[in-house]
Amino acid sequence: MDCVTTGGNVKVLAKAIHSLSKIGEELYLEPVEDGLTLRAVNSSRSAFACFLLSPLFFQRYQAPSDHAFRCKMPIKSMQAVFRSLSSLERSVEKCRIELNSEKNRLTVTLHCKHGLLKTHNLSFQDCESLQAVFDKENCANVLRAQPRLWVDTVLHFPPSLEEVNVSVNGERVWLRNHLEDDADPSRAMMTELCLSAEEFDHFAVRSESNITFCLKELRGLLVFAESSGLPVSMHFDEPGSPVVLSVSDSVLDANFVLATLSEDAHQRNHNNNKADRREAQPAADDFMSDDMDSYLIAMEASDLPGDLPGPSHESVPPVPQSSTNHRARLPSEEEEEEEEEQVNQPPNKKFCSLFFGSVLPASSQLTNQTIQGQEVLASDSDDEKQEE
Amino acid sequence: MKFRAKINDVGCLNHFTRVVNTITKLTKTCVLRLTVDNMYFVLSGKVANGGVSMWCELLQVNFFEEYQLEGVSADANEICLEVAPENLSRALKTAQNAKSVKIKLTKKHGPCLTLAAELPSLSSINRIVTHDIPVDIIPKRLWHDFKEPTVPDFDVSIYLPPLKTMKSVVDRMKNLSNYLVVEANMNGEMNLKIETDLVSVTTHFKDLGNPPWGDNASQSQSQSRDAEAMAHARVDIRKLQQFLMGQQVNPNKSMCNIVDKRIIHLILLQEDVSLQYFIPAVA
Repeated sequence: MDCVTTGGNVKVLAKAIHSLSKIGEELYLEPVEDGLTLRAVNSSRSAFACFLLSPLFFQRYQAPSDHAFRCKMPIKSMQAVFRSLSSLERSVEKCRIELNSEKNRLTVTLHCKHGLLKTHNLSFQDCESLQAVFDKENCANVLRAQPRLWVDTVLHFPPSLEEVNVSVNGERVWLRNHLEDDADPSRAMMTELCLSAEEFDHFAVRSESNITFCLKELRGLLVFAESSGLPVSMHFDEPGSPVVLSVSDSVLDANFVLATLSEDAHQRNHNNNKADRREAQPAADDFMSDDMDSYLIAMEASDLPGDLPGPSHESVPPVPQSSTNHRARLPSEEEEEEEEEQVNQPPNKKFCSLFFGSVLPASSQLTNQTIQGQEVLASDSDDEKQEE
Repeated sequence: MKFRAKINDVGCLNHFTRVVNTITKLTKTCVLRLTVDNMYFVLSGKVANGGVSMWCELLQVNFFEEYQLEGVSADANEICLEVAPENLSRALKTAQNAKSVKIKLTKKHGPCLTLAAELPSLSSINRIVTHDIPVDIIPKRLWHDFKEPTVPDFDVSIYLPPLKTMKSVVDRMKNLSNYLVVEANMNGEMNLKIETDLVSVTTHFKDLGNPPWGDNASQSQSQSRDAEAMAHARVDIRKLQQFLMGQQVNPNKSMCNIVDKRIIHLILLQEDVSLQYFIPAVA
């Protein structure tokens, strides 16, 4: 393998790696005929991200002759190469990634101004191909918007918020913060943002739906999309099936596949507030014209039990322990996964349905085949650590 | 009980946001008292918050274009809520470039202060973001805790040096000691000092001036004092630092009253906002 990229594309490559680092701790690198793929998956396998940089992205692109090379490495080591974006922009003219098969190293060379040459030799591990199976073309709902809109939207939610709930109908999109099962709804601040369809470049909703997914990975993709100025599309169906966030232009393709909360978990969480949500929605329309009486509160202060602390308000139904079934695992990683699992039992959230067609050999890989019944329990309690 | 208020002006919105941010730096929870003319943020001196109390008063008309209030009853036409100012501050932060912001009392899962902001959008229809901030309604029988504090019968009253200067002094002193002595006299002199086994540090300020309190009851006592005599109070340095750190209102006047060995009473005044902060002395 030997690829050379120049000018602004070096920064694009750097941003891609940076946004992949928000997903997982390892970078899976696989040169194929269609281009160079960079992939990452989170520890609980509920989020998968893939960048495909086409041969045209590079000044020179040579896939390995035997078509069988693929590797993974700690993403931190690759990030270190592209650490300083500003110096990258200022001084790097050319970046070359090649496989040094004699030394078994992946060599990244940065050609900087004044003839300065920075060479990084990265060690790597062989690995299976990593591929999530998803079919975004057949998703009922597609929203596409400029990255600015998504960034402005996400800004309204606190950085500590893990999951966001998105619901759509024919004219509008609502985003709300999703409450953890153990959170007391009467104690938490609820934020809701309503966007009209007109703000989107493309707005196709065939079925009204309501999904919940992790915000962190969306933020990761936005890092990339914002710097490249490319519109972000969101493809989704009903709760439980994955949401696909994608960015593409003529020389690159990025897909972030995120698990969504399954229906039952969803219902429990959003049932209690469904009633007032329905009431709240029309209110958005007549923001300017509402009269005070519609917000009348039938409450007499002196009758209330006063400022009693939360627990007396509402009890959240106990959550059944969901079994940990990591069925869609890569065989090569079985061992380390096992360890991970013991160290930090993932909290019982009910994300599911990221299907990995990973065991198939590259030659016969049917990327869009759905493998039924492979569920992945999600949640990445250890993800916070890698955030920097 | 009804409450609804609306801000249309971006200057007012920024001003209000700064006040709320200041409160946020001072306390995790406080009481929001709403009356027909004023809005108050109150922290009453409980042991749990180190005996510190706070009283912040906003003149409603200077912030809100619309302000409608219907209190608990006709004879008690006000509302008292317990709220986490941090939530309010977070909600206001996302509304920074809003065309208008509405704050109203609503009933969701429980009582909430709902802040709805109308944001500019790419289309003809505005973006609306709403934040439901949970609050606790405080029953009338507990209201007596949240009355305006009286100005203590102070020994010395003095104008403060620029708060930034004070902050940089206090920040450095904090590395050396947990307690700081504030002392001042009626001759415009103030000292900030720390004393530990290893080191004593004093910063002297002079020509600060002493505010005239007119017919105030305290004056007789203050005047009979020797102008040079220092009144002092030893306070938890973190409490003072918190007060100096959170400052986002640029006060026209800032002053400090000291009751010898009892309490320091800090006052910041602006045209439409006043903030009082009480830090008890420790032995």
